[in-house]
Amino acid sequence: MRIGDAKQSYEADEAILTSSTQKIWFALFLFALLLFPFVADAYLLYLGCLVGIAVISTTGLNILTGFTGLISLGQAGFMGVGGYTVAWLSANTGLPFPVTLLLAGLLAAAVGILVGLPSLRVKGLYLAIATLAASVFLHFIFAEWESVTGGMGGLSLEPAHLFGLTFQSDFGMYFIIVPLAVLMVLAAKNVFRTRIGRAFIAIRDRDISAEILGINLLHYKLMSFALSSFYAGVAGGLFAYFFRVVTPESFPLSMSIFYLAAVIVGGMGNLLGGILGAAFMTLIPEALKLLTAALTPFYPNAPIFMSPMLEIIFGALIVGFLIFEPHGLAEIWHRIRRFFSLWPFKN
Amino acid sequence: MDWLFFGEISLAGLAMGGLYALIGLGFVIIYKATRVINFAIGEIMMFAAYLFLAFAGGMEMSPWVALPLAVLGGSLLGGVIEKIMIRPMLGESSISVVMVTIGIASILVGVVEMIWGADPQLLPSFLPRKPVFIGEMYLAPKIAYGFLIGAALLIVYLLYFRFSRGGVALRATASDQAAAYSMGINVRRVFNLAWVFGSLAASLAGVLVAATGGLSPQFGAIGLSVLVVVIVGGLDSIVGALIAGVFIGWLETVAGAYLGGEYRMPATFAVLAVILVFRPYGLFGTHEIERV
Repeated sequence: MRIGDAKQSYEADEAILTSSTQKIWFALFLFALLLFPFVADAYLLYLGCLVGIAVISTTGLNILTGFTGLISLGQAGFMGVGGYTVAWLSANTGLPFPVTLLLAGLLAAAVGILVGLPSLRVKGLYLAIATLAASVFLHFIFAEWESVTGGMGGLSLEPAHLFGLTFQSDFGMYFIIVPLAVLMVLAAKNVFRTRIGRAFIAIRDRDISAEILGINLLHYKLMSFALSSFYAGVAGGLFAYFFRVVTPESFPLSMSIFYLAAVIVGGMGNLLGGILGAAFMTLIPEALKLLTAALTPFYPNAPIFMSPMLEIIFGALIVGFLIFEPHGLAEIWHRIRRFFSLWPFKN
Repeated sequence: MDWLFFGEISLAGLAMGGLYALIGLGFVIIYKATRVINFAIGEIMMFAAYLFLAFAGGMEMSPWVALPLAVLGGSLLGGVIEKIMIRPMLGESSISVVMVTIGIASILVGVVEMIWGADPQLLPSFLPRKPVFIGEMYLAPKIAYGFLIGAALLIVYLLYFRFSRGGVALRATASDQAAAYSMGINVRRVFNLAWVFGSLAASLAGVLVAATGGLSPQFGAIGLSVLVVVIVGGLDSIVGALIAGVFIGWLETVAGAYLGGEYRMPATFAVLAVILVFRPYGLFGTHEIERV
């Protein structure tokens, strides 16, 4: 039951965190994120970093697909642009990581604008296919432009560095990835409290009506593409720093589908959903690995079935969520919250 | 330039294109009736090809019994998918429906890998092995006979959809569902039959393609080439699927032979990109006019 949170000013009403309960929980959450690397073992730390990268990329795709209604199968390609930018810059210039990540994001955004150009003429599924074409071309460039990308062998990187500090271990990377993820999600949250974000949502709901209301479709669609690919580029750059190698196969088409699935499972058009979806989809394979390891003593064949099982679970999650829970994990989360806020009154 | 070589490559490409046209036709049938872009069509092909492998290889049936059984199995799969996974999505946004088919594709890959393993397999050969010559040009017999079987089904389909009651029902449903329903057409049954017929075409093509090139759980990637075919031809145009199928098959093979295998996909996707820019609804697709 929630009582006593009457708003006395517009600022208070528009705030992201409106009640003191929310503020306390959020502070506790941030504190837990900070504490996590000091108590977690190496494996959990590794997972934490992976989830952080996935959260950034999923949030980016959510801006484009969930909030602007433009479906993209190019997310992995944009991440690849970011990853290769970081790899090339760290090999050839030795710039510190904030600069390389920023450049990775900007270059990915530029490519995103280029890919988004057909979005004024084609939409819906035709647009999805156009982004698919873009990802095919990008993969081709990664594989064939050997003087820059190292061809099929790819590029390997030096660890990220800043002011003489190097971030070699997962422990170090955690302190780059997770603060960036928090920052970028908050930035996205704020985008949707401005004219730009509201224009995105208007375009999603009905693009022709939005145009009649005075929203320049090409301008805002391209902006959405740019923003989304910026997130993807940064995520790809972090991916490169984290694994310290990029190859054309690091960013396959299945990765684009993975992020679309994360957006859907989490809840389209909901930032919290994107976070939940990214975490959930990243952790599912790991949970399955644990399960397999537990089953192997009883069924020696269990490891053989793991990878096909993963495909089946992945597909079943997409289909199941779309049919039975179209608003995704975010909706489940809200249901839980509603239960507590209505607690003594309901039933 | 070696014209004989070019001729042979082109011929093989055109024959492959014939099979693409068949798959594209299956795709278009499904799209016309249910407005679903079926990303799982490559996986349905794969499933049918594995069924053929199980019937002809594992159970040692005659290939000519196994082929119809496998194709039947593939089309049943299409019908079941429509009934339990696509029907509940009726009226949802097209993004959601597409994602469902992507999910189905993933499930099928997993199931196939679980039953038959991840290693590439060869189908028992069942087509005549005598080399085929057209003039001086040699054509691999598997490709040639595969093309003939595919073309036969293609012609049957075209006649069926032109003249039979079922074909008229399908076209009526495609142009106006409510009107078709009030004229007594069982629209739900048309939805289901479209998936069955579409999957049937894909299944036959799947077995034929797998017979020439081998089979693995990654086989479904051919669905991407088919996607190019139907977008270039126009999603709701049967003629478009035929012409674009033959053309894309030819282009892919020629690009692969002259530039190298890594150019196959970029070449066809370049055509796709040009088409999307200049004719967003494909060469023969219907241009949809949107009103607020």
